[in-house]
Amino acid sequence: MRASSTDLPATIEISLSVNGRRHRLSVRPWDTLLDVLRDTLDLTGTKKGCDQGQCGACTVLVDGARINSCLALAVMKDGAEVTTVEGLAKDGELHPIQRAFITHDAFQCGYCTPGQICSAVALIAEGHAGTREEIREMMSGNLCRCGAYANIIDAIEQVMGEQAKGGARGASRPDERTAR
Amino acid sequence: MNRFDYVRADSVDAAIRAAAGDPAARYIAGGTNLVDLMKYGVERPSLLVDITQLPLRGIEETSDGGLRLGALAGNSEVAFDARVRERYPLLSSAILAGASQQLRNAATTGGNLLQRTRCYYFYDVATPCNKREPGSGCSAIGGRTRIHAILGASDACIATHPSDMCVALAALDATVRVAGRDGERAIPFGEFHRLPGDAPERDNNLEQGEIILSVDLPPDRFGPHHTYIKLRDRLSYAFALVSVAAALRLENGAIAEARLALGGVAHRPWRKPDVEASLTGEKPGRAAFERAAAELLAGARGQGDNDFKIDLARRAIIRALGQAAAGKPQSQSHKRLEP
Amino acid sequence: MPQTQHVGAERDRVDGPAKVTGHARYAAEFPVDGLLYGVIVTSSIARGRITAIDLDAALAVPGVVQIFTHRRRPESDWYKHDFSDDVAPPGQPFRALYDDVVHFSGQPIALVVAEEFGIARHAATLVKATYQAATPETDLQTVAHYTPPKARNGIAPPPARRGKAGDAPLRVEGEFRTPFEYQNPMELFAATAVWDGDDKLTVYDKTQGVQNGQNQLAKIFGLKPDHVRVVSHYVGGAFGAGLRPQYSLFLSAMAARALERPVRVVLTRDQMWSIGGRPATIQHVRLGAGPDGKLQSIEHDAVGSTSRYEDQQENIVNWSGLLYPAATTSLGYKLGKLDLVTPNDMRAPGAASGVFALECAMDELASEAGIDPVELRLRNYADRDPAEDKPFTSKELRAAYRLGAEKFGWGERNPAPRSMRDGHELVGWGMATGVWEALYVPHTARATLTADGKATIACAASDIGTGTYTILTQIAADALGLPMEDVTVCLGDSKLPTAPVEGGSWTAASAGTAVHIACSELIGKLLEQARRLNDSPLGAAGRDDVVLAAGRLQLRGDPAKFVTLGDALRAGGLDHIDAEGSAKPDQSVAEKFTANTHSAVFAEVKVDAELGVVRVTRLVIAVAAGKILNPKTARSQLLGGAVFGLGMALHEESMLDHRFGRFMNRNLGEYHIPAHADIHAIDIVFVPEQEDHLNPLGVKGVGEIGVVGTAAAIANAVHHATGVRVRELPITIDKLLPGL
Repeated sequence: MRASSTDLPATIEISLSVNGRRHRLSVRPWDTLLDVLRDTLDLTGTKKGCDQGQCGACTVLVDGARINSCLALAVMKDGAEVTTVEGLAKDGELHPIQRAFITHDAFQCGYCTPGQICSAVALIAEGHAGTREEIREMMSGNLCRCGAYANIIDAIEQVMGEQAKGGARGASRPDERTAR
Repeated sequence: MNRFDYVRADSVDAAIRAAAGDPAARYIAGGTNLVDLMKYGVERPSLLVDITQLPLRGIEETSDGGLRLGALAGNSEVAFDARVRERYPLLSSAILAGASQQLRNAATTGGNLLQRTRCYYFYDVATPCNKREPGSGCSAIGGRTRIHAILGASDACIATHPSDMCVALAALDATVRVAGRDGERAIPFGEFHRLPGDAPERDNNLEQGEIILSVDLPPDRFGPHHTYIKLRDRLSYAFALVSVAAALRLENGAIAEARLALGGVAHRPWRKPDVEASLTGEKPGRAAFERAAAELLAGARGQGDNDFKIDLARRAIIRALGQAAAGKPQSQSHKRLEP
Repeated sequence: MPQTQHVGAERDRVDGPAKVTGHARYAAEFPVDGLLYGVIVTSSIARGRITAIDLDAALAVPGVVQIFTHRRRPESDWYKHDFSDDVAPPGQPFRALYDDVVHFSGQPIALVVAEEFGIARHAATLVKATYQAATPETDLQTVAHYTPPKARNGIAPPPARRGKAGDAPLRVEGEFRTPFEYQNPMELFAATAVWDGDDKLTVYDKTQGVQNGQNQLAKIFGLKPDHVRVVSHYVGGAFGAGLRPQYSLFLSAMAARALERPVRVVLTRDQMWSIGGRPATIQHVRLGAGPDGKLQSIEHDAVGSTSRYEDQQENIVNWSGLLYPAATTSLGYKLGKLDLVTPNDMRAPGAASGVFALECAMDELASEAGIDPVELRLRNYADRDPAEDKPFTSKELRAAYRLGAEKFGWGERNPAPRSMRDGHELVGWGMATGVWEALYVPHTARATLTADGKATIACAASDIGTGTYTILTQIAADALGLPMEDVTVCLGDSKLPTAPVEGGSWTAASAGTAVHIACSELIGKLLEQARRLNDSPLGAAGRDDVVLAAGRLQLRGDPAKFVTLGDALRAGGLDHIDAEGSAKPDQSVAEKFTANTHSAVFAEVKVDAELGVVRVTRLVIAVAAGKILNPKTARSQLLGGAVFGLGMALHEESMLDHRFGRFMNRNLGEYHIPAHADIHAIDIVFVPEQEDHLNPLGVKGVGEIGVVGTAAAIANAVHHATGVRVRELPITIDKLLPGL
């Protein structure tokens, strides 16, 4: 038996770890992870730019992988570890990507910025991109209408370079060209 | 988004049972297309059956030397899987040509097959659409058709299938394993998606309630002689105007086997085995490629805005076969198209 | 003279830490207790009347608080009040939920307000409207074209024709078309309205003009202006879309007032196509020249789209009478009324479209004359404004051509189309001129200095990502002799000193000057206090003799003579001191001079010779814009303008289906703006330019200039590469393929 369309769908209890803090939340099936972060947890750093997976402003890390939180139903992320832009700085120290974004003026209005930053953090961890072309391609899911693209790539390159020098970067995986 | 109920299935049987008998129930995994469509009111499921907990995540060797991609294996996971990159680089390339890393991380193998068209009118509930509301008419015909079909369309629907991955899977002769109330069956990839005909509401030949278990790849036969070329209105993060998957097996300087599939031009990946057969024994070269392009595009018809896609597809096929023959596949990062 | 430690130097954005950590809050992000969520339902037809709206199912959903429609809205005089605003064009502004008339597809026809966003979104899908539909007209080509009877404030109609059409030896002529484009800032339009009771209203809005919104709401709701507060600390991009108050502002305020609860209204991306956009244009350009390339005649006629209810106007053709002198100059501008929402100003309004056509025609003339495109422009260089026969306040365009060409390597260009190759790619080099007005408008600001040596700068201007927070901090820090960390800039709040909307590239010059003057006034007031001290070392000093440095008011020539800030304040019994400053444009400057920013844009494209895929591999923009306050943020603005222009050249088009009067690609997946992969090397060259007339800072502004000319330079490069002249934007594969 299905309920009629005028009933509300029942709320469901889920557990989410966001930036290291565990939350017990009561959500409706139609609530997206994005709306739960913004409206329920007041973590408004994660942005709603299109709500359709077409801009990347809502990018967060879920269990380490970058996804569009606007297309993820919160109920399906029960038990997940979520990192948002608010969780990148540690003990008041900005994440190297955040610092590099400031240094390279890699944003203007700032609205796509949290998504770009989360995406960049994941891109470096993924290790699939080395050249500027590869970084550009793997960042293309994050649109920036202010047009800060060139500066964003500069910022990412700088951090990738520092991490490579510092040996912090994992073994880089070859890009798709080398797999031929 | 409409009102719906939600259940999480813990086994394939439970999932099938949960969806049984309710034509408005939908399975959900990555959700990258379904949730979007629900926000538009295009999809209005009564029930979402969450299948993400099912044991369909693995990428495994098959006994015949092929590879089995679990329905829940992520698009990124497949694209970067060492075995896929080594043995099915065409598939890896096609996946990486589509969407964004964020979407590929969420999207699954099974879900990719079930993507729905990007037709503007399908998405816009204010306009009639036979695919969305059977019998209401096709607004795309006579409308804006830049992204519409040039092959295999009908008077009822001129939509295209938007997947890149499926174009490669078609070329690779994959098999789709599905399960339903009556047990399991295997569907050759070429028979999975449908042409619109007079039932455009059906994108594929899955029966009500059937669930995809895996996509199975036969053993690799093409080595470095493959490519995936995608032409679109910006250099990334856009659907194909035209895409081509090409793979060749060369023996003694001649084509021993050819595979050729088009994306962005029809309601399903467009492939003609007889055209591929006619390439067998030919010396790779422009003359053979031009002939193959003409045969594959035989009967192509534009709708106005998309007339150019016929010529574009022809040129892209010739280029793709050239790249495959040369063993110089297109990079998806480097936007300069290989000669 | 201000000390210039920070002004003119590269400085990081002061709002950087807030933005990179996600702590900067935008319009939909202010937490409010008891918040209700409003979701807008829009019309599916473009023209006609609403005959009925069935709300039964939607109202029955638990959690739905109210649904507003034209039949279900507060019965009040609100709708009789003036909905106009500071930048409204002539006509009757759109009033959401006013009556049953549908003016455009996507028009808001209902606002569903519920306790949760999900509930409101669900209930909105249950609202069913029926219509009596009329046939919409949305084809600019086929509707009547007319001269707007009333000019829009600030937009000069084309000047009268000069000279007679002659028979120039060289003639080029072309029809150019630009499509409907949409600003599509990344942030969705949103407003969170809080009804405070006692006739007080606070709205967190996405806007380029908090006081424009404040005044509109005060007029509509019959409130005292100081009872309405509009706040917009951060704006997630706007590009002109936020100049006029959008219906999200009115609807949230109306619902909050009616329900006496806070209401948030956020548009969907789809609905971002119902709030303005760049009008489509059809333009005809005819140029006549002598064999030496000297222009004898310039004729430029444009038709731009508007709505049926307002005459939106922009300056499309006047640039053609300004950039190059010609004995005959004939400029025409008409409108065509369509059943669409009124367009609004989109980044470099008018110039982006008009200069595209002119500069492509100039490139055609260069080909026709066999003259290098840069040389052609130098031969037709206007040292005075040819339209008004006035000098320019400053114009280093000649240097821009030279420096840009040098940076680009233009000298290596083979002029013949299809002559340059890189393997199987055709290489094209093209260039164009860019121009924008250097605007300077009335503006106020307040500076406050406390005894601990911290300053606060306040004005109602917005920072839409342009860097206003940062440059005002620099100006104040220099003027008050403080480190930038000790200066706090407050913007985007209607209760702050008066500012106009943030647009037209005027904010740096205007707000900057106001801050500069406020700080100077503050020092003057501080000096008055310092002179009250017994045996004050500054007893005989005048305002111009002193500077403030490191908390000391000291003699300019003798820093040993000083009064500390603390002592000066104590002398007056004060704990802080403040002063207001106003930027007041000198009308005589506008009468005597013409003020513009200029640029020379150079583009390299590589086009796959067979498949027609275009890559813009290099862009160089040399900009003469007077004093650059912060080369780091200014460069970013220009990079952004270049990307905007690239999108205009290759990607952007809102596709109408005339049968429905509806844009069909209303999303960011199908309305393409440039992505990371589309953007390669962009070089910005700042051309030194001394600006002495326009304003005390010598600043001209750089917000729009990066857009202007960029599309033309790319189109010209595509022609040089392929031999194919595309006169209708965007330049997509289909337009190149037949010529390859």
